[in-house]
Amino acid sequence: MRFVSALVIGLVFGLGIMLSGMANPAKVLNFFDIAGTWDPSLAFVMGGALVVTAIGYRLVFRSAQPMFAPRFLVPTRKDIDVKLVGGSAVFGIGWGLSGFCPGGLVPALGIGDSAPWIAFAAIVAGMMAARVLSSLQARQKLAPGE
Amino acid sequence: MPTEFTPLMSLAGGALIGLAAVALMATHGRIAGITGVLGAFLPGSGESDWGWRAAFLIGMVAAPAVMMVLTGSMPQIEVPVSTTALVIGGFLVGIGATYGSGCTSGHGVCGISRLSPRSIVATLSFMATGGMTVFLVRHVFGG
Repeated sequence: MRFVSALVIGLVFGLGIMLSGMANPAKVLNFFDIAGTWDPSLAFVMGGALVVTAIGYRLVFRSAQPMFAPRFLVPTRKDIDVKLVGGSAVFGIGWGLSGFCPGGLVPALGIGDSAPWIAFAAIVAGMMAARVLSSLQARQKLAPGE
Repeated sequence: MPTEFTPLMSLAGGALIGLAAVALMATHGRIAGITGVLGAFLPGSGESDWGWRAAFLIGMVAAPAVMMVLTGSMPQIEVPVSTTALVIGGFLVGIGATYGSGCTSGHGVCGISRLSPRSIVATLSFMATGGMTVFLVRHVFGG
């Protein structure tokens, strides 16, 4: 049941992405292009998603625990640091260059074109690079004499 | 290249994204952040609960095929950028979303709907640089 429910939920998520236009770089880039061929559609995606999620989460959190897990795992950090702001800024630059964000990209993989797979390989490479960089930084902090 | 303004379709798609995010919280107690789901599969993530993540990703990738069955035609996307832009942009997306602990789905949808200050700041940050990047590429350097 855990597996089947996650599969169906992923499918609903993917259908939402496809219908909304988030999987289409032309539409995503036009959302950002206010000075040019502006297409405000994606504001409606965010609007629809936020209203449903904000209300739905409130209802869900009334339960003591999720259906198939011992507890809700929700991020609790509140600090705003350079990693958060800088990382997000870099993400935005990449999104603006490629037109693909991770959520928009994964369903696009199923269309069968090569472009989403190229972007996917690059995203995975970037994630790996970030992992290696962070672990190097962590090691440097632990090194004696630093 | 202009694209058609699709407020109703986009609103409906957004509502489905929200529905899926709520359902994932209700069943698995997890945030529907795609960067987090993907990142768990990479070495060094410290995550071993791969089953639901794999199922979730398979469901997402299956969406276009399901649409083809329902409508009779495969949905199309347009990629108005070069392969170089895809590669450099994708790489920056991967680095940035990892350092920033999330992307449009995790911060933009799940985080903002919980009124998480980190997610609000992250979303403002990537929306601002996304807009600036498109402006520079299309109107300053001429696309």
